[in-house]
Order: sequence, then C-alpha cells, then structure tokens
Amino acid sequence: MPTALEIVSPERLLLSRAVDMVVIPAAEGELGVLPGHAPAIVLLRGGLLRIFEGPQETSRMFVAGGFAEITPERCTVLANEAMPLAEVSKSAAERRLHAAEAAYEAVDKADIAARDAALDQVQSARAMLAVAEAP
Amino acid sequence: MANLKALRIRIDSVKSTQKITSAMKLVSASKLRRAQIRAEAARPYAERMERMLATLAASAAGNPSAPALLVGNGREATHLIIAVTADRGLAGAFNTNVGRAARALAQRLEAEGKKVKIAAIGRKGRDYLRRDYGDRIVFDVSYAGRKQIEFADAEAIAARVIALMQEGAFDVCTLVYNRFVSVISQVATEARLIPAPVAEAPAAAGNGVAAVYEFEPEEEALLAHLLPQNLAVQIYKALIESAAGEQGARMTAMDNATRNAGDMIKRLTLVYNRSRQANITRELIEIISGAEAV
Repeated sequence: MPTALEIVSPERLLLSRAVDMVVIPAAEGELGVLPGHAPAIVLLRGGLLRIFEGPQETSRMFVAGGFAEITPERCTVLANEAMPLAEVSKSAAERRLHAAEAAYEAVDKADIAARDAALDQVQSARAMLAVAEAP
Repeated sequence: MANLKALRIRIDSVKSTQKITSAMKLVSASKLRRAQIRAEAARPYAERMERMLATLAASAAGNPSAPALLVGNGREATHLIIAVTADRGLAGAFNTNVGRAARALAQRLEAEGKKVKIAAIGRKGRDYLRRDYGDRIVFDVSYAGRKQIEFADAEAIAARVIALMQEGAFDVCTLVYNRFVSVISQVATEARLIPAPVAEAPAAAGNGVAAVYEFEPEEEALLAHLLPQNLAVQIYKALIESAAGEQGARMTAMDNATRNAGDMIKRLTLVYNRSRQANITRELIEIISGAEAV
C-alpha cells in the first residue's frame, strides 16, 4: 500500500500522487517516509526531497523549508517554496545566498529568534546552491 | 423643446461612456478568471495548514507557556483591525462594504471602552478610514500598479503584525476582508487572527489520532515556526480572495453601468427623433401656411 504524497506551496498544489517512499529533508536530518509511518509533524529545512517508486528514485524536488505532516496513509509536505529540480537555477540560488548572508550580517545577533531565522535562510539558500551545482 | 445639437452631443457622450464601461467589464472578466484560479490554487495549502495547526493547538492547549500568537496574551484592551480593500475604485460597493464593516467594528469596540488600531491594506480602504480614524491607523500598504499579489507580500504584512504584537501594541487582531462567495456576491467578513481561533481543535483531539502525533523538533519550536507561517497564510488567503472579489464586483458594476448607459441612449435617441420630427412638421406648416397666404 503506497503512501499518498502531497506537496503544496502557498501558491499552488505541486504534486499529489501515491508513492512507495519519500525522503524529506527534516530539520533534524533526512527522514524516509514509508507507508505505515508513525504519525508525526516535522519541521523541514531547505534541501532535496526524493521520491521513490519501487526500488528506483523517480523524481527529486527542491524545498526551501516548511513542514510535513505524516500519517500512516499519507505524507503532506507544506513547503514554503518548492520547485522541480529543472527549475532550480544556479544564478537564482547564488543571488538568494548573497541576500540571505547580507540579511544574516545585518541581523541583531542578540536576538536569538531573529538570528536563527536568518541562519535558516542562509542554510536554505546554500542547499539550493548545492542542488543547482549537483550534476 | 430640447436643442437638437445639444442632444446629439449628449448621446455621443453617453455612447463613449458605454464603450469604456463595457471594455472595463471585459477586462475584469478576464482578470477575474485568473484571480479565481489563483485563489483556488492557494486553497489546498491553507486547508492543510489549518488541519496541522488544529492538531498542534489541541496538544498545546492548556499549556501555560503556549505562544501568544496562538492563545493571545490574555488581555483584550487593544484591538488591531486589518482592513483589506482594493487599490482602485469603480467596483460598486466593494470597498465601501469593507470600510463600513471595519468602522462598525471599531465603533462597537470603542463603545465597549477598548482601544482600536487600524492597519489598512489597499488604497481605497485607507482613504475611507482616514476620514474618521486617521489617528488610529498604524500602518498602511498599497499594491497600486502591481499586477498580482505574491505570498511574500502577505509574509511582509504578517512580519509587521508580529513585530507590533511583540512590542505589545495590541492584544487582539481581527482581519476584515471581502470573502469571495461568487462572482456576483462578496461578503465583508471579520476573521479573528490573534488569538488563533481553535474551534476545530477539540474535534481533532476527540478522534484520538491527534494525541499520538510525534513532533520533531518539540512542539514549542514547531509552533514558533508554524504560527507566523499560519498568520501569513491567513492574510494571503484574504488578499487573494479580495483580489478575486474586486474583479467580480467590478465586472458586475460595469455590467450594470453598461446597461444603464444603453437605456439612457435609447431614451435620448427617442427624444432626439421626436424633436427632429417636430421640427420638420413645424417647418412644413410654416411653408404651407406661407404658400397659402400668397
């Protein structure tokens, strides 16, 4: 019995289909979701989401942070932003990384919440760049 | 008897008005389709976000250290009203309805002795509310000249609201916007943002599933990320529903205007033709009686 995977961004529903396994970039490490996974709500960091059908990896997607709700039957990814690998461009990623690093420099380091938020942005941009550079 | 030339000019002027209104109607109709598609595309995210929030809220309920964004800060002295309107007029009562609803809410709250602050999204609402509540407007945003509203815009508004919240500038936050019911019907609606309405939470807890969720990282950290995001999503939903509603309202208003202009042209043409006929008859009588007199 496959897992019903849904990937939604605030602006649209990107993907909705049944898959055998999905590996999501959770905040505390990659998380493989198989059918029958225990119910969980996890925070995502920027990274690569990989979809498996059978033993093969069939598609990859970049997500820039967000949340995922997992139940035994389904996995719902609420991405802040998500795009198929083909749409990830190196120049856009570099621009974003520069902006994020500038924002991190500007942020008040004493404000822990703001610092962490800026750091998350930098991490997400780095992950995007890594994805763009990967063959 | 009306002057023929004056009538002619009048008919031409109404005709050109009609051309403009019918063109605006067509433009709104095509914009409406796009806006509606966007509004529908955003719905899945908002729905799933609500479901997730209900689950989390249910498990955080009763926790004394629950974040202020979720449960409020326990006071109700100062209210922030976010009024979402369009930047452009000629859309019937679209903007006035939100303005009136926001004003009624402000009056009610002030009658109860509470303080009111207003955030005006959209130029028309700002202009409307500035008259009576100019000193209470804390910030205003206008998207005039923009083609469409992005999620980042909603995030920017949410960030300002959260910053105000952290300064302690308000206790309760309410959103007033035009809910898109159908193309011909938009209803000015009040929606509570802070504290978050968790009416569905007991239901989610009741079915037993919610209780066994695992959270990673722990609930508080997750809520700290989820709540601002939820606020942005709620605002985004209001913005795009309002954008779709604006086009619907304008389409209806312009359809009416086109029809009224048509009626007016018909009436004026009738008067014009009658006057012309009367003139011809009069001239004939003059000629004939002139000929008879000879």
